[in-house]
Amino acid sequence: MTANEKKQLQIAACKVRMGIIEGTHAAKAGHPGGSLSAADMFAYLYFKELNIDPADPKNPDRDRFVLSKGHTAPGLYAALANRGFFPVEDLKTLRQIGSYLQGHPNMDTVPGVDMSTGSLGQGVSAACGMALAAKHMGKTCRVYTLLGDGEIEEGEVWEALMFAHHYKLDNLCVIIDNNGLQIDGPVTEVMSSYPIPDKLRAFGFEVAEIDGHDFGQMEAAFAKAKETKGVPFAIVMHTTKGKGVSYMENQVGWHGKAPNDAEYEQAMGELNAQLAGLEAE
Amino acid sequence: MADVKKIATRESYGNALKELGAAHDDVIVFDADLSNATKTNTFQKVYPERHFNCGIAEGNMMAVAAGAASMGLVPFASSFAMFAAGRAFEQVRNSIGYPHLNVKIGATHGGISVGEDGASHQCCEDFALMRSIPGMVVMSPADDVEAKAMVRAAYEHEGPVYMRFGRSAVPVIHDEESYSFQIGKGEVLREGTDVAVIANGLLVAEALEAADTLAGEGISVRVIDMATIKPLDEALVLKAARECGKIVTAEEHSIIGGLGEAVCAVIAESGVPCKVKRIGVNDEFGHSGPAAALLKQFGLSAEHIAKVVLPA
Repeated sequence: MTANEKKQLQIAACKVRMGIIEGTHAAKAGHPGGSLSAADMFAYLYFKELNIDPADPKNPDRDRFVLSKGHTAPGLYAALANRGFFPVEDLKTLRQIGSYLQGHPNMDTVPGVDMSTGSLGQGVSAACGMALAAKHMGKTCRVYTLLGDGEIEEGEVWEALMFAHHYKLDNLCVIIDNNGLQIDGPVTEVMSSYPIPDKLRAFGFEVAEIDGHDFGQMEAAFAKAKETKGVPFAIVMHTTKGKGVSYMENQVGWHGKAPNDAEYEQAMGELNAQLAGLEAE
Repeated sequence: MADVKKIATRESYGNALKELGAAHDDVIVFDADLSNATKTNTFQKVYPERHFNCGIAEGNMMAVAAGAASMGLVPFASSFAMFAAGRAFEQVRNSIGYPHLNVKIGATHGGISVGEDGASHQCCEDFALMRSIPGMVVMSPADDVEAKAMVRAAYEHEGPVYMRFGRSAVPVIHDEESYSFQIGKGEVLREGTDVAVIANGLLVAEALEAADTLAGEGISVRVIDMATIKPLDEALVLKAARECGKIVTAEEHSIIGGLGEAVCAVIAESGVPCKVKRIGVNDEFGHSGPAAALLKQFGLSAEHIAKVVLPA
């Protein structure tokens, strides 16, 4: 990855974070914490990894992305908007009556959303169905899905992972956002899903562990995912919940709370400073 | 009815899938370790590359089917009604119903006639559960001919469909040559003016038998096969209400939330004066026993229908 490429991704990720703050602030609701922890991944997926075209969002041969941790829709929407699927300005309509930007992703209303999700554990199953169908239909497209480390407490996730290995879905990439926090507290205190990589390996996955805020490591992991044949691939990314907004970082309280006006100003101030710094480089 | 041909509608389902598979490459089938019982193995034998066993994981199966449907395939997902509609309700609701994906759910072993397995497997709540999902088509065929036509119609329909088939063999009452099926349309099997019996599933044959008995007593019974519970053929219900003034519903389902309540709602809101009695499984669980004995015991029989119709 060239330095410029990396900088462009950092700029994209910063804009995704701004979209998350804009959306949740305007909605006075939503989930900034897990959206911010995955913001770098959203940026990488939509600005580098996925074979997609904002002008042709229903192209049958496109790569698919399923946001299994559907509550982090603000992050997905911000990535889609900045990638050109719909106007960035619309992010402010998040969760409002009449808006197509529903609280959780709705494939029937949002351009670029490949599966309706929100009820945890179901998206990864749908992604398995897509990957199976793609293979059956002889398509070369790939399927990506992003889960939370709390979400994987759902039993259905493990049904899906069993399925992925059984049907040798090597066109599937399962990404787990290991930010360590869920609504009621640290994952280790609520219901430990650890050790995640060991469990994935036991389910037959090839696993990469990366820093979820490092684009270079993402690039290497996705390259390895594409080279892996015969078994599905998983990326466990270690992240900081609330990443990029100082007062939200590692604070469980920011899982599902919107910033008020003062908090909004502070967050946007920080992000604007980051953006200015990147653009000045 | 000893000389009448009897076929379980789950057999019809398997046979119809096989025919559908021959005609359409986009048909795929999912099962959850019950292929021999749901009869999707009939399809599997001919099209093994289009039959995917999901193991004992019905929730995952439903969302997998949703994902496959989003790619343009037409998945038929099968299990027992208890697990398809019951255990996997939320996957059906959120991953199939909410995005209105083109998944066909073929649920077998509905109702009390599951028999010996007992209450844990006798699903009498599936119509209620599936009816409550916006946009879901809910159907239950009376016999082999109707079941096969229903599977073909489900394929042609764009959107989610729930079909409930039975475990036990039931009389074939339709003529395959002349029969045509339409989703959302009931069928008057016998004209009558005193009482209308609106039934589905294996209660349709029982209703016909009851009508025969009652004809001998000078009571004219209209028998309606209401294979589609949702969307309900409201016009046919109201016509029966106006012309007969008395309706008895009969279904192998809880009297709560099924065909009976759907009919009651239509009549109550129409203002058409009409007395309705519901035959179904009362607010109780079933238990083990041979299917025929259970049906009799729970009043899901021609004899009981005739008894309810008489003072109606």
